[in-house]
Amino acid sequence: MDFFQDIVIDRFNYWIYVILMMIGLHAMIVKNNLIKKLIGMSIFQAAIILFFVSVGVKDGATIPIVSHHGHEAAHAEAGGAGGGGHQDEGGVQDHGDHEINPDRHANPLPHVLMLTAIVVGVATLGVGLAVAQKIYREYGTLEENELLEKLRSNDG
Amino acid sequence: MADHAPAILLIAPLFAAILVSLAGIRIPARRRIPAAPSDEPSIGGEPFESPEFPRLKEDKVCFMLTLGALIVSEVAALTMLGQVIEGGAIRYFVGNWSSPLGIGIELRVDHINALALVMISTVALLAAFYSNHRVEEETPGKSSQYYTMFLLCAMGLMGMTVTGDAFNLYVLLEVAALSGYALVAMGDKRAAVAAFNYIIIGTIGASFYLLGVGYLYIKTGSLNMVGIQEIIAEQGLAESKTIQVAFILILLGVFIKMAFFPLYAWLPNAYTHAPSTSACLMAPLVTKVSIYIMVRMMLTVFGPAFAFDSIGWGDAVVVLAAIGIIASSVIALAQTELKKMLCFLVVAEVGYMVGGAWLANHHGMVGAIYHILSDGFMTLCMFLGASILVVKTRQTAIAGLVDLYRKMPLTMAAFTLGMLSMIGVPPTCGFFSKYFLIRGGIEAGQWLYVVALLFSSLVNAILFFRIIEKAFFGELPAAEADPGHGHEEQGHPEDEPGVIDEAPLSMVAPLAIAAAGLVFIGLNTREIVTVIEQTLNAYALTGGGG
Repeated sequence: MDFFQDIVIDRFNYWIYVILMMIGLHAMIVKNNLIKKLIGMSIFQAAIILFFVSVGVKDGATIPIVSHHGHEAAHAEAGGAGGGGHQDEGGVQDHGDHEINPDRHANPLPHVLMLTAIVVGVATLGVGLAVAQKIYREYGTLEENELLEKLRSNDG
Repeated sequence: MADHAPAILLIAPLFAAILVSLAGIRIPARRRIPAAPSDEPSIGGEPFESPEFPRLKEDKVCFMLTLGALIVSEVAALTMLGQVIEGGAIRYFVGNWSSPLGIGIELRVDHINALALVMISTVALLAAFYSNHRVEEETPGKSSQYYTMFLLCAMGLMGMTVTGDAFNLYVLLEVAALSGYALVAMGDKRAAVAAFNYIIIGTIGASFYLLGVGYLYIKTGSLNMVGIQEIIAEQGLAESKTIQVAFILILLGVFIKMAFFPLYAWLPNAYTHAPSTSACLMAPLVTKVSIYIMVRMMLTVFGPAFAFDSIGWGDAVVVLAAIGIIASSVIALAQTELKKMLCFLVVAEVGYMVGGAWLANHHGMVGAIYHILSDGFMTLCMFLGASILVVKTRQTAIAGLVDLYRKMPLTMAAFTLGMLSMIGVPPTCGFFSKYFLIRGGIEAGQWLYVVALLFSSLVNAILFFRIIEKAFFGELPAAEADPGHGHEEQGHPEDEPGVIDEAPLSMVAPLAIAAAGLVFIGLNTREIVTVIEQTLNAYALTGGGG
């Protein structure tokens, strides 16, 4: 039971991302339709984004905005990681009169990183759809097996 | 100015990309009119503007902007090389955010990537020079879009090399990859299918890398490469499962990106069907930069002690590299198309470098890094030469390359130099990289790898002497209609024997410079290796000169 508590319940975010990732990977590799492959790709990327976002979460922490100290929001991030419970280095520093407790704020850095990753994912999807469209114009199909057949007959 | 060289290196192509894409804004309105009414009477066309003249001009504007930006990058790269040789590694904090917490993005240039940057900017510059007339011919009416992608891809590749931040590397990897997908997809009819496969596989690779960075961040709380290494060393995290998983994920991602042997499926079709300029830019650089990233991860982020001892993969990777070299050489032997054959040789060369880096000794690593430089120029030389030959002879098959030494003496001279370097004939750099790699292989006792290298040289010799033989002594078959190249027009200009029919200077000159570069690198091997060792010695690999 301890094992179950440790591996499954406490780390359920990892399980979710792994399952989503496998669904996406499966779709990318196995599915026959090119659009389904792209949907798989989006799921795959969303799984990784979910993983990063869940890493920044802490129990009982609030949004990382420190209203009265413009520069201190930056310090809150170093508290490290939700899942690993590894929060020692760098974060707790003396700020004079106002001590900011990094445990009280969610880690914003993974979230910020994922903003970029979301943009990258959208761009990838866009390029993928554009290329799929080009394939459809040239070959009149989006099914991989039909596509391969046409390619082979062109070669032969 | 010189202090900001690492930033200028990236800003120049980035801004030029914006300008180039602005230059293309006027194109669609005008383009659509002449393109659509091909069967309409010509009176319906535009009476007051001649469609040809302004479009050509836009073309030239894009070309000049691209060339100018890449020259700026080249100067920046050379400046940095000078600075690094004189004063050691450069650390440049973007926006001066030199925060100890690893928030600021750091650009970091040491001896290894200073050399790599010079190689990348030179190759990109030569490919851009080659593109002058090709782009308008191969992607008509899309030159501004093409050059935008070209510049972004070059910027991404240089950025991947210069950055000192693990997440920033991911972003630049995707910048280079996304523009690369577009560059491939603009090619011939089959290119879109090849590009689609490339997108799927490339995204898997990049996502694995991102996941690995996530695991690293969980454990160390830092994204700065040097910072990560310091934290791993300080806290003794080498035995941590999380770090090991991170290393494996990052390696897997990079292996896919570099087309390491079992994961190379995307490469041959993508580079065969891409426009020739794209192939000349991407084939030399994308794989090489991925290998550079692997070396950077092994040395700077995780440290050689961790990379070689903690996972215990060293032997397996070297064996895989050896199998990859042998297998892709054999597949290359079976190819009848010139470009496809070269693509498989690129896969074999990837095996050289990965194997060399994983030999876990000094000479193997020197060989791998030296080969990144020399193979960049070698692949460029081969792809430029092959593109020129395909354009001029209108043949994609090796069998069609007949009687070329007489017709195109300059092209063939440079191409032959490239081929000799691929085989590994002494004055060229190909020989010296093989020398270091084989020496490393013998010191490590990896005999399969040594045999694979020698076997690959032998296969290269067979492949290239077959081409040389054809080009020297081959005669045009009487019925020269070869069905093997369906999409090439058969409208052959009459081949008068003995007439010199050389490609335009804008295509031959980069090829000649690339070929001269092979000899230049070969003759300056000692200096280059000394520079590489200045950084490498800090990592204390076995068998180092101290």
